[in-house]
Amino acid sequence: MQIFNIVIAGVGGQGVLMASKVLAESALASGLDVKQNEVHGMAQRGGSVISFVRIGDQVSSPVVMPGSADLLISFEPLEALRYIHYLKPGGRLVYNKVSINPSTVAAGLAVYPQDVEEQIAVACAEAQGIEALAIAREAGNGKAVNMVMVGKVMKHLPLKEEIITEVVKKISQNKGLEVNMKALAGGAAA
Amino acid sequence: MKKIISGNEAIALGFGDSGGVFASGYPGTPSTETLEEVARLGDVYCEWAPNEKVALESVIGGSIAGGRSLSTMKHVGVNVAADALLTLTYTGVNAGLILMVSDDPGMHSSQNEQDSRNYAKFAKVPMLDPSDSQEAYDMVRIGFEISEQFDTPLMLRTTTRISHAKGVVVQQEKIAPKIEAWEKNVPKYVMLPNFGKLKHIEVEARLLKLQEYAETTPLNRIEMRDTEIGIITSGVAYQHVREANPNASILKLGMIHPLPARKIAEFAGSVKRLVIAEEMDAIFEEQIRAMGIEVEIGKNKLPLCGEFSADIIRTAINDTPAETTSPVEGLPQRPPVFCPSCAHRGLFTILSKLKVFVSGDIGCYTLGALPPMNAMHSVIDMGASISAAHGMAKVNAIAGRAEKPVAVIGDSTFFHSGMTGLMSMAYNGGNALVIIMDNRTTGMTGGQENPGTGVTLQGVPARQVEMVPLVKALGIDNVVEYDAYDLKATEAAIKKGLETPGPYVLIDKNPCILRYKIRKPAIKVDQENCTGCRACLKVACMALGLTATGEDKQKVRVDPNVCNGCGVCAQMCKFDAMHAIEGENNANL
Repeated sequence: MQIFNIVIAGVGGQGVLMASKVLAESALASGLDVKQNEVHGMAQRGGSVISFVRIGDQVSSPVVMPGSADLLISFEPLEALRYIHYLKPGGRLVYNKVSINPSTVAAGLAVYPQDVEEQIAVACAEAQGIEALAIAREAGNGKAVNMVMVGKVMKHLPLKEEIITEVVKKISQNKGLEVNMKALAGGAAA
Repeated sequence: MKKIISGNEAIALGFGDSGGVFASGYPGTPSTETLEEVARLGDVYCEWAPNEKVALESVIGGSIAGGRSLSTMKHVGVNVAADALLTLTYTGVNAGLILMVSDDPGMHSSQNEQDSRNYAKFAKVPMLDPSDSQEAYDMVRIGFEISEQFDTPLMLRTTTRISHAKGVVVQQEKIAPKIEAWEKNVPKYVMLPNFGKLKHIEVEARLLKLQEYAETTPLNRIEMRDTEIGIITSGVAYQHVREANPNASILKLGMIHPLPARKIAEFAGSVKRLVIAEEMDAIFEEQIRAMGIEVEIGKNKLPLCGEFSADIIRTAINDTPAETTSPVEGLPQRPPVFCPSCAHRGLFTILSKLKVFVSGDIGCYTLGALPPMNAMHSVIDMGASISAAHGMAKVNAIAGRAEKPVAVIGDSTFFHSGMTGLMSMAYNGGNALVIIMDNRTTGMTGGQENPGTGVTLQGVPARQVEMVPLVKALGIDNVVEYDAYDLKATEAAIKKGLETPGPYVLIDKNPCILRYKIRKPAIKVDQENCTGCRACLKVACMALGLTATGEDKQKVRVDPNVCNGCGVCAQMCKFDAMHAIEGENNANL
């Protein structure tokens, strides 16, 4: 198969890395080659985070180049717009509609653009926003936004949904298992 | 069994599977997870040292005592450990010794972009440079073999895209640890000049033998494809090259010091155009040019600064600019920021208000340099906050300036190398205010243990180092604890410290909220009372924002998904508009 490039974006603390892990493990469980990469240095919450997952028969570079992503998953609307240039023509964007203020906005130094979703719609014909936080809360924990997002994109991946579900089961801790399963299903239905 | 793991995890696993006995390091991005993963193996001893020099020296002892040993650190950590390294190369080893160092091209989380390959040349030790997780895993085993065969420490070098990138790894059969005899050997381990002189001769001879090894080892392999272009490369750059030029011939260097001169000449002679694709410094290129080999493309077209990518290689070699789309312009930046309810926020709110010169250090608090705080004015290296503040105070005194500098440092950085600077300040009649943010963890790298946490890397309870008696023992009489969440008290404490002549140390003991998972009732804004004056926004918390009411004056709102109720913003409010709601906390920290 041709390499399938995924970019996952969000805000530090939202669980971007765990979502990346699920997709990478699922690719491995499907017998494919995979490279996953993000840059994580500072442990603080609130910074912009971007992660790459590349799936194929043989993958060399761990880095997705701008203009080559098949799928962009963003956990926050402004971050979707920040990394939308990673999408290739015709690439798909799925984003969480719940915004989080950057520190620059919180400090009154910048303004959160009110027309983020309109700009997204103009830049990407295949964009869809969902209320991932509400779905995660419904599933039992607001932190499960990442699993909602994975659930939402499952049908657009070159991976079987059953395999992804199995991987989530495997890596979920006791308490989180039920929440994650509900979040995955909630995302898929959104 | 196949696993998908990062380069760091692969090195840890390789250590456990290759008879590893003892590991010590200091946290530093992107190397940190390596030792954490060794700890997770469960059956191999490992520990955090207070700094990289101690880590490497401990590991030297481990090797002398006969156990295969590993030290892990980031590139700048090697500067701290270099004193040990540059003589360790003379003594050599007993059991195998690997120094793993992680470079950070692109400076994702570092204060400089130094290229550790220079250290391999400098110390005259072999260095391996993996291109993916599998190689990182395999090179630990081969590294120990080389270290023991040639009686040398070996450097295993990664970069951020190797340390943090995950790839598929197949494990080898596990080798059980074997402890060698612990022997007294004065000419080998006592580097008095007489013995050192002989050892230096051995080091030079060893380097020639290693060069012969480099000629034949499968770590350095030629992949012949189209002979029009031949590319010499290593590390993650190899992956970018494969992506950008799948048909090019490649000499892939896995052992990058010493270089295999004959193999390089053979490769150069079999291709028309020779390219050297190495991230950061021109280390291969300078050596290869010195061999009299013609290089068409090297640093003349490829950057010295920052990371490589497939697009950068494509542009340089194929002379065709990559077709990429540009990012949307004018979006508000989202820099990292103090976590909601971090104690640093209170301190920097006051430092920002007082407009003092802040000599900073390496840690989460370095973010105090960013807007809107703008309250840190120098950051050099681990521990420099205190020693640099001391120098500033001395020159200020000579210049007749009244202003007293303020040093800000965290507990882990203080244990690492702040203590010596403070001792010097006390002994040499210094005059600075030193603020220690003792949050009982190594925060920036994700909350590692340190001598202040009371637990070792492997979870064994340990005697905590208490900050106040330690500071007093270094010669400081004025040591005062304060609470950074209390803005008035913080301001008063800082002013007192600035007014009192001589060294003065303030210690905040509020623990890291992330590491210790501290939850407090969230703040809510009384929209009746809020006048929209924005005084609270000065604390730069991502939980705060303005309402989009459409009214003339926007009011402040607190995002309940983010607020963790420290109440620092509420203390800025002059209109009694911000209150904690008992029992409510929805923060998704």
